[in-house]
Amino acid sequence: MENSNKVTRRRIYSREEVCVGCRLCEIYCIAAHSEYKNDLIKTFKKISKRRPLPGIIVEERKPISFGLQCRHCEEPECVKACITGAMQKNPETGVVTNDAARCIGCWTCILACPYGVIRRDYRERKIASKCDFCMENGGEPVCVKNCPNEALYIGNVVEESNMVEESNRGFREMEGRA
Amino acid sequence: MSYVIIGNSTAAVGAVEGIRKYDIETPIVIISDEPYHTYSRPLISYYLGGKVAEENMYYRSRDFYEKNKVKPILGIKAKSVDFDKKEVVLQDESKIQYSKLLIATGGKPFIPPLEGLDKKNVFNFIKFDDVKEIEKVAVKGSRAVVVGASFSGLKAVEALVQRGVNVTVIDIMDRIMPRVFDETASSIALKTLREHGVEVLLKTTVEKIIGGENAEGVILKDGRELPCNFIILAMGVRCNTDLVKDTKLKINRGIVVDDRMRTNIPDVYAAGDAAEGYNFIEGRNMEIAIIPNAYRQGETAGENMAGKERLFNKGFIMNSMPLLGLSIISAGLSESGEGIRVKAIYKNRENTYKKFYIRDKKLVGYLLINDIDRAGIYTDLIRREVDISLFEDRLGEEGFGFVSLPKEMRKERMLGG
Ligand SMILES: Cc1cc2nc3c(=O)[nH]c(=O)nc-3n(C[C@H](O)[C@H](O)[C@H](O)COP(=O)(O)OP(=O)(O)OC[C@H]3O[C@@H](n4cnc5c(N)ncnc54)[C@H](O)[C@@H]3O)c2cc1C
Ligand code: SF4
Ligand code: SF4
Repeated sequence: MENSNKVTRRRIYSREEVCVGCRLCEIYCIAAHSEYKNDLIKTFKKISKRRPLPGIIVEERKPISFGLQCRHCEEPECVKACITGAMQKNPETGVVTNDAARCIGCWTCILACPYGVIRRDYRERKIASKCDFCMENGGEPVCVKNCPNEALYIGNVVEESNMVEESNRGFREMEGRA
Repeated sequence: MSYVIIGNSTAAVGAVEGIRKYDIETPIVIISDEPYHTYSRPLISYYLGGKVAEENMYYRSRDFYEKNKVKPILGIKAKSVDFDKKEVVLQDESKIQYSKLLIATGGKPFIPPLEGLDKKNVFNFIKFDDVKEIEKVAVKGSRAVVVGASFSGLKAVEALVQRGVNVTVIDIMDRIMPRVFDETASSIALKTLREHGVEVLLKTTVEKIIGGENAEGVILKDGRELPCNFIILAMGVRCNTDLVKDTKLKINRGIVVDDRMRTNIPDVYAAGDAAEGYNFIEGRNMEIAIIPNAYRQGETAGENMAGKERLFNKGFIMNSMPLLGLSIISAGLSESGEGIRVKAIYKNRENTYKKFYIRDKKLVGYLLINDIDRAGIYTDLIRREVDISLFEDRLGEEGFGFVSLPKEMRKERMLGG
């Protein structure tokens, strides 16, 4: 009956001691999510209204700087607060993403997120924008890959995995057995 | 063995997800008098404003019930609960046994006695069915009176403006959003409303609704007559405890629950707008009628119903409201009082306003207009009752973020999640 098991999730962390504030993480993030997929030149050559917002937030107050992005929390406040159900945590991957088609830009998630890592995106419709752990790039975040100083790194955390999809799998197995 | 949930909204969904973390077998029955798949209540104003289509009103995917082994019984009201026999009696006299029951019956509109309420074209603004009726009469060029300039009233106003309706909104208080706004905040929002052609009448109220079979106008306290085609009443919600009133279930304003969402009756839980849970900033039990709270209470109830001991004692009010281009966020206390210090920053040119409420060494409330980015960091300071004395002067500063926190605190937070 118990349906919780431990899973290891990956999370991006940053080391402010070695961040130089070059913002390459932002640039690569934008390019990776642009229509030109990772092509920096094309992404930035023209002034484009469609150019995505970066999913990373670089905070800076000389001499300190560091990048910060969604923690893909174990208990995501944004998901629990979202008034439409657009923000969801994927039970398989643990990645928290926003379903742009259902988001209405009410900013309740911005109110709720303890890390302040959700941006207001006004490009087409108002929607909430944040780090998606580069799942479309095979879950290899480009910010980490392209940080020249290794100020961003991926760490492992242990989470309880106990969300709906998992329980479903349980059901299907159970039904299969019956 | 079976879980029964009365209500099919935020708290109910939270409960299903809470139960299914730990119990994937036991059937769950959801009962609601509304006939729809679980939908997002706040979206009714977006639907009315033409911003969201019916198929995007839903709070969870179409296969939510199936995936979670939920049997929905929709479009039928629960009539009573027999706590001794542990059964819910429906309007059609059928009975449903429960081993654990969650009452998530939400809120109901507060409507003071008023002459002419029975006329046609007088609406509430709470349910999907309300806006399905309103959209028939809210045609371009028509005239509407909205009574109540708080959260839901203003969301109705916004939707009507988007439909090209001429709107007058009335509130008895001397400012709009009286529970959250001060003079400054109110004047910022008033300016926006007036720029959109909305007429705002404060310090007055509706005395009487006039007309024949259909409402044709209202008469105000000062005798003034306002002709209109329809009226929306948005004077607030109350806990909906109709189903269980005059039973042995303990009700104050709402159903009284502990920090596991248990009521005074064994195996009976309550959550969401119907419940009166603990507000840790106010230090007392009270209704906290917002989605984040309804979800958390529902989830906690579900986890406990499934046999896990989980506590939720961190409820407090928080709200985000876009209004005709303004962004407004508030959380926690929004009134000064004994022992509370207030810090306010108004920037006329940028049209931004930030206000913080500090008690002892803790942030206990804030209001942000327009510059709302990273608001959640403030919410988190409230939620975790952080000692802010080392960086209090930085609240509201330009570019506020983790960089504004002392290094130790920042490092600890950056490893969190
Ligand atoms: C216009 C509007 C805008 C809002 N905007 C926001 C917002 O932006 N952010 C936010 O946080 N909150 C917002 N809220 C508040 C939010 O909708 C509520 O806090 C939330 O819906 C509470 O959820 P709940 O599950 O407790 O109950 P409800 O959503 O009230 O649902 C209770 C359900 O139980 C059913 N029911 C009641 N009695 C019975 C019975 N006897 N038998 C069968 N069924 C019954 C009801 O019909 C209803 O379907 C808004 C509310 C309104 C009306
Ligand atoms: S957006 Fe914020 S609350 Fe949501 S998962 Fe990311 S860090 Fe957590
Ligand atoms: S802005 Fe979008 S994702 Fe955020 S709470 Fe609102 S609907 Fe949900």
